[in-house]
Amino acid sequence: MSAIFPKSTDLYVRIGGAVAVLAILGGVGSFAYLSHPKVLETGYSPVQPVPYSHKLHAGNLGMDCRYCHSTVERAAFAAIPPAETCMNCHHKVKEKNPILQPVRDSFEKGVAMKWVKVHRLPDYVYFNHQAHVGAGVSCVSCHGRVDQMIEVKQVAPLSMAWCLECHRNPAANLRPAHLVTRLDWKPEGDPAEIGRRIIEEKHIKPPTNCSGCHR
Amino acid sequence: MDLVQISNQKKPTGAGKHYWRSVNELDGTAKLEGWLDQEFPAGPVNDSSRRQVLKLMGASFGLAGLVACRRPEEKIMPLSKGVEDLVPGKPLLYNSVFVHAGAAAGVRVTTHDGRPTKIEGNPDHPYSEGKATGLAQGALLNLYDPDRSKQVSEKGNESSWEKFGAFAKTHFDGVGNGDGLRFLSQRVVSPTLTSVREQALKKWPGAKWVEWEPVNNDNALAGAQLAFGNVVEAHYHLDQADVIVALDSDFLNLDSPTVLPARQFTRKRKVTEPGDAIARLYAVESQFSATGATADHRLRLRAGAIAAFTADLAALVGVGESKTLSGEKERKFLAALAKDLKANEGRSVVVAGPRQPAEVHALAHAINQTLGNCGKTVTFTQALAEPMLDGLKALAADLSGGKVSTLVMLGGNPAHDAPADLDLAGGIGKAQTSIHLAHNANETSALATWHLPEAHYLESWGDARALDGTVSIQQPMILPLYGGRSALEVVAQLAGLPSAKGHDLVRGFWQGQWPAADRERVWRKALHDGVVANTKFAEAKVTAKAPAAGAKAPGTGYDVAFHPSSSLWDGRYANNAWMQETPEPMSKLVWDNAAMVSPATLKALGATQGDVISITVGGKSIEAPVMVQPGHADQAISISLGYGRKNAGRVGDGVGVNAYPIRTTAGLHIAEAQVAKTAKTHKLVTTQEHFRMEDRPIIREATTAQYKEDPKFAEKMSEMPPIDSIYGYHSYEQGYQWGMAIDLNACTGCNACLVACQAENNVPTVGKAQVSRGREMHWIRLDRYYTGTGDEAQSVSQPMTCQQCETAPCESVCPVAATTHSPEGLNDMAYNRCIGTRYCANNCPYKVRRFNFLNWHKEDEEVQSLVHNPNVTVRMRGIMEKCTYCVQRIQEKKIQAKVEGRREIKDGEIVTACQQTCPADAIVFGNIKDPGSRVAKLRHQERNYELLAELNTKPRTTYLAKLRNPNPELA
Amino acid sequence: MADLAIKPPLAELNPPLVEGNHSYSTVTHTVSGIVERKTPKQWFIAISISGAITLMMLGMIGYLFLNGVGVWGNNSPVGWAWDITNFVFWIGIGHAGTLISAILFLFRQKWRTSINRAAEAMTLFAVACALLFPLIHVGRPWRAYWMFPIPNTDLNMWQNFRSPLLWDVFAVSTYGTVSALFWYVGLLPDLATLRDRARTRIRQLVYGVLSLGWRGSARAWRHYEMAYLILAGLSTPLVLSVHTIVSFDFAVSIIPGWHTTIFPPYFVAGAIFSGFAMVVTLMVIFRYAFQLEDLVTIKHLENMNIVMLATGSIVGYAYATELFIAWYSGNMYEKFAFLNRTTGPYWWAYWTMVSCNVISPQFFWFKKLRRNIPFMFVISIFVNIGMWFERFVIIVTSLHRDFLPSSWGYFRPTFVDVCTFIGTLGFFTTLFLLFVRFLPMIAISEVKGVMPAPGASERGQH
Repeated sequence: MSAIFPKSTDLYVRIGGAVAVLAILGGVGSFAYLSHPKVLETGYSPVQPVPYSHKLHAGNLGMDCRYCHSTVERAAFAAIPPAETCMNCHHKVKEKNPILQPVRDSFEKGVAMKWVKVHRLPDYVYFNHQAHVGAGVSCVSCHGRVDQMIEVKQVAPLSMAWCLECHRNPAANLRPAHLVTRLDWKPEGDPAEIGRRIIEEKHIKPPTNCSGCHR
Repeated sequence: MDLVQISNQKKPTGAGKHYWRSVNELDGTAKLEGWLDQEFPAGPVNDSSRRQVLKLMGASFGLAGLVACRRPEEKIMPLSKGVEDLVPGKPLLYNSVFVHAGAAAGVRVTTHDGRPTKIEGNPDHPYSEGKATGLAQGALLNLYDPDRSKQVSEKGNESSWEKFGAFAKTHFDGVGNGDGLRFLSQRVVSPTLTSVREQALKKWPGAKWVEWEPVNNDNALAGAQLAFGNVVEAHYHLDQADVIVALDSDFLNLDSPTVLPARQFTRKRKVTEPGDAIARLYAVESQFSATGATADHRLRLRAGAIAAFTADLAALVGVGESKTLSGEKERKFLAALAKDLKANEGRSVVVAGPRQPAEVHALAHAINQTLGNCGKTVTFTQALAEPMLDGLKALAADLSGGKVSTLVMLGGNPAHDAPADLDLAGGIGKAQTSIHLAHNANETSALATWHLPEAHYLESWGDARALDGTVSIQQPMILPLYGGRSALEVVAQLAGLPSAKGHDLVRGFWQGQWPAADRERVWRKALHDGVVANTKFAEAKVTAKAPAAGAKAPGTGYDVAFHPSSSLWDGRYANNAWMQETPEPMSKLVWDNAAMVSPATLKALGATQGDVISITVGGKSIEAPVMVQPGHADQAISISLGYGRKNAGRVGDGVGVNAYPIRTTAGLHIAEAQVAKTAKTHKLVTTQEHFRMEDRPIIREATTAQYKEDPKFAEKMSEMPPIDSIYGYHSYEQGYQWGMAIDLNACTGCNACLVACQAENNVPTVGKAQVSRGREMHWIRLDRYYTGTGDEAQSVSQPMTCQQCETAPCESVCPVAATTHSPEGLNDMAYNRCIGTRYCANNCPYKVRRFNFLNWHKEDEEVQSLVHNPNVTVRMRGIMEKCTYCVQRIQEKKIQAKVEGRREIKDGEIVTACQQTCPADAIVFGNIKDPGSRVAKLRHQERNYELLAELNTKPRTTYLAKLRNPNPELA
Repeated sequence: MADLAIKPPLAELNPPLVEGNHSYSTVTHTVSGIVERKTPKQWFIAISISGAITLMMLGMIGYLFLNGVGVWGNNSPVGWAWDITNFVFWIGIGHAGTLISAILFLFRQKWRTSINRAAEAMTLFAVACALLFPLIHVGRPWRAYWMFPIPNTDLNMWQNFRSPLLWDVFAVSTYGTVSALFWYVGLLPDLATLRDRARTRIRQLVYGVLSLGWRGSARAWRHYEMAYLILAGLSTPLVLSVHTIVSFDFAVSIIPGWHTTIFPPYFVAGAIFSGFAMVVTLMVIFRYAFQLEDLVTIKHLENMNIVMLATGSIVGYAYATELFIAWYSGNMYEKFAFLNRTTGPYWWAYWTMVSCNVISPQFFWFKKLRRNIPFMFVISIFVNIGMWFERFVIIVTSLHRDFLPSSWGYFRPTFVDVCTFIGTLGFFTTLFLLFVRFLPMIAISEVKGVMPAPGASERGQH
């Protein structure tokens, strides 16, 4: 009886099969890549109600992080400063600058500024600034060179794997606690060695079990 | 999506519309100063910034919704001006005072970003000592009750405080000398309110002020009157007594509004060495109470027969002549008891319960005096108030007589809970103008011309005298969510005082009491300490007269005794889901009350559990489901008040049976009733369905004598040889090793720990239907078992929570490693990893894991999420949860120690919520590897045993066996 | 002629596996006919009913996903109930197929040929039903994929490889895959047959694609035989491993009534038992519906009944052992667990199980009964019911009363429980109906293999 499929079908089938396999692999691969925090989370840099430049304040003017984020050593949260803090200077400096109008409004009318959160952890993660800063983990380790950012951008994936890297081997990210806000600080000598010393004297044992961060 | 759900639950997403509205409605100044005083000793801040504080608190963590495609955009809303002492995310603690049924107890309130989230006892307050009852802690939820009244209303129509102010001004100027004016309040123990009352009554000489609490201590006061000729308050010192007799008195739980008696008693029951002497407790009671369960000897006697028993006891110890009214069974008991009392003169005490008539109290006083206990185990001070029933009778008469033109009701729910024969509900209608101040628009509000929303005690200024006279200032933690006002403020307003602001009144009053020089200092100290120094009453020297005769034999009908509910008290917590779902300590009944009867009585009624019976007193009758209570007196019924509310709110409406209709002035506490079975039945739901131990060594118990003989009896009770683990053992030597020891000898099963845990760990409530399916969520439960026969049953209870097994069966079976072990010996539970196979719960031999079968927060309103502890994830549906030894508290202290550069955490620095509040100090948590720690010491006691040790689970929680101290003559 | 081929005396000892006057071509006609003939009305009626039931199941699952596991009766302490009961029940059913096609094949049991195709299909559909439950019984199904060891560099989380549930995931999915392959490879020659007999273009295309260009050349046959043999070898250990591992879900726990070493053999025997029961149920129906009495002879059914008798007795023996060990162990919790099983609140379930699984198959000792079609049909239904109850008893009665009496409870199913289970029955039936309609339900080529060699006159007629 007559053949239903021409002989060439075999070839097409084989090619089609190969293409399908490649497509699937490619799809899975690219999804895995794009959905990875390193890609998805880092680089997030929302537009803020006031174009506040960390580069200007923390970098050029050399203000200490803690001047504004004053609770970083006392609490889990590194508080965003009240408008009052801005006004300390800005009632003299640039007191007419229209860009700062929202801040002035906030101060005068008592309406809160609506800053957009950049570094966001899931709510089931209990991160504590106090503990990390106290141990000598610098701002730069997680937030990068904020003093060089005009608009703050997320540089670290803030994924669990990323946290664990440091929790398993913190030495590299430790420095004397009084230097945590010196974003440009370069250790003289082997940083790991310095880290080890600090671990020694402070008995630093970062938790790697669930309840260390999840409750 | 699940993450989003979790986040919505965990932290309050925004603080709720009402919340904001009320903040904007408030007029600042006075409350502002109050705020200043309590929070910012220095540095002026204006009202708006305070509003910002509150805003930040609620709103800053809110999700702004899925704006960005990448992630939901979150807003951070800082203050506009800095606020001293306020660090976002750091809790602040304030001392205040909680008044419950006329008894004040100091509380310490945790506020997270301005939201009160946890109530604990104030360690410096004599009636708290750092502990709080379940009710005191549960009252927190009433603050966030979405059914609270949010509106002033006139004849049911919306109105406002302004309108009411205008009305009040004209109306109360027109009442002349106040002949037709009556005030009806709850028991007043506030010195400031007392003085305001005096000013009001001076302004209106003709007016009368009546107090009413459906659950009161009138009998005790009257008894004192009878015995001593004047009304004094008796203070029992149970920690001084070796022999204690409780006459129908559940002083360990229901019959004491504070934790003090429980603390005193359990202090005297603690054992460190075999052979240590402990107090002996005799309980004579009708219902089976927590006190009866703890007693070494318990005589079940219908409430009406206890007067006779007391008379006989009095005779035997040499007070009055014997009438021997009691039956054969009682005689033996009486003889041994009297002998024991005589042998312990000056070291014994007889306590009569509030349900017993004045005569019994008088007799008890006389007995104590004869035994030389007065001044030793019982002392007296002036009383805070007079008996209140007569005043209410007079008011009722005036009302029905039409003598009352204006009736001002401050709090409470008199129309619902006043004695039925007074028909107050009817009377209120007769008054031309009636004003009712209340948290919820309740049964009484429905009858009143004006209804005013009352401020919660956490929202308002006040003060209170404890029973021993100690004064505490009540300071607000949060602005009134719904713009309510306190009784104090309302009276001041009506009386037209210069200022009607709670803060001005309270502060003004006390400034008047103190030397001008250091007023400010004293005031600050009072606020800080939660008590005003040297305000205790002086001890009153009194001598008891020979007791009046009049103890009669009990009648032939059924005795029905009315108890406050362990959950709802007199009904004021009816709309509180935490309390509704807190099991009744003995029956484990939830979301219901029932007519408790003995097995014999049940048979006599020809009924089975859940059958509805009709209880008739003087023509009036109610229908209630019957529940069998082993150890209950025969021919007697106990029923708890507070249920069967009609206008309580969404939670409390129609739950249980209203017992007030058969509660009359004649039989306010105990009445004689006719009982008949009806054809109806009602489903009763309990959190524990099986009450026998099946001969398993679960709760291990011995007499002090046996303990002396064989100190290791508890260990020996578990039979099987140790089995080995195929996984080998992890060594837990490094660092802290957390463990818990629970002393069953101290535990009274009072539920305080259960409520503490509920508040601390955001434990949801599930409602009656789900409890009946066995889905209650309590992380710590109190297992209660009966021993002995159905009639003479004894009862033991055991706090059961995650045992943090070192070789945890739950951990090895979780496919996704959501529950694993921490190096410190905790059985971690990562909610965000759990997928909900429930295998862990199946494999848990203690069945302490709880599963979110449904989304228990579906119906929550925004304001309800304000109660949540931000340091604990609110679990979504579909995941497993369980006790973690309050790991959030452990972490907090560890971080604190690190930051302070400390190597070690001191023993007792970390306390779990259950431990912190346990009135009996039965729960001790700490580092078991530190030989000096309390927990380690307890674990080394001979009584210490591991539950189900034969399974080789190596639990970190261990129990200390229970001891009883029976009288050899009765053994 | 067939009568020439087989000598009468031999026939006594070894009755023919194909009765009636059948030649290769008639076999082909009979089997392919089912697929080629116009769809009978009854089929439409049947599938519309089972389809409706399937839709109900989907509805129930949707409802479950919306509200959570709470729509079932599961509670604390009974965390698993009908969900896992159904899972184990269906997995058990799935055993007969592979056993028949693989193990019997390796043992050269020629009688398997006319039932193995249907049995394997049944296996696949049963496994499909079973696989539903591990997915839908979890609290957060959208996270169920966490049970698979997918590499993840953002969490660095692995599964807990100590958990039997994880072993389950691997065991069942492997079993499903291999069974499917085995079945499909077996189908190839018959698909080719259907292709060649196809008259419409669509049929030619569809069957053409499905038969992967099978030409029936000697070389193809040689490869085919080898592949089939290898797959048989592969799936044979799986038959034993799957249910062994399923039984670990219970045996590895510490709950009295679960924590027993007897489970693996006991579960496997039980699975084969229930599997064969289901095959009998189906075969009795379909051999009648499609007049296949000649191919699926009474002897086939009898053999299966004998297997049921054997496995049923093993199961009975296992029940007895459990009770004995519970008493002999002297372990109070074990003792209580089994006392509670036999006399506790769920006594009725236990005794239903015993009478269905242990007593009913004993009737097959009698040749008359095991060759009596209506009778064996009833018994096979009983066995199916009994085996469902076995899983229910093991799971629920062990959980509802364990160590601490304070936490004892009772399980009551909700309508969602019931409808979901009935739904899976409908789903199973639907799949099977589609199978018999569109695929040869008897392995034509294999049946021919066990027929006497054809006479010259018939060569090349198929």
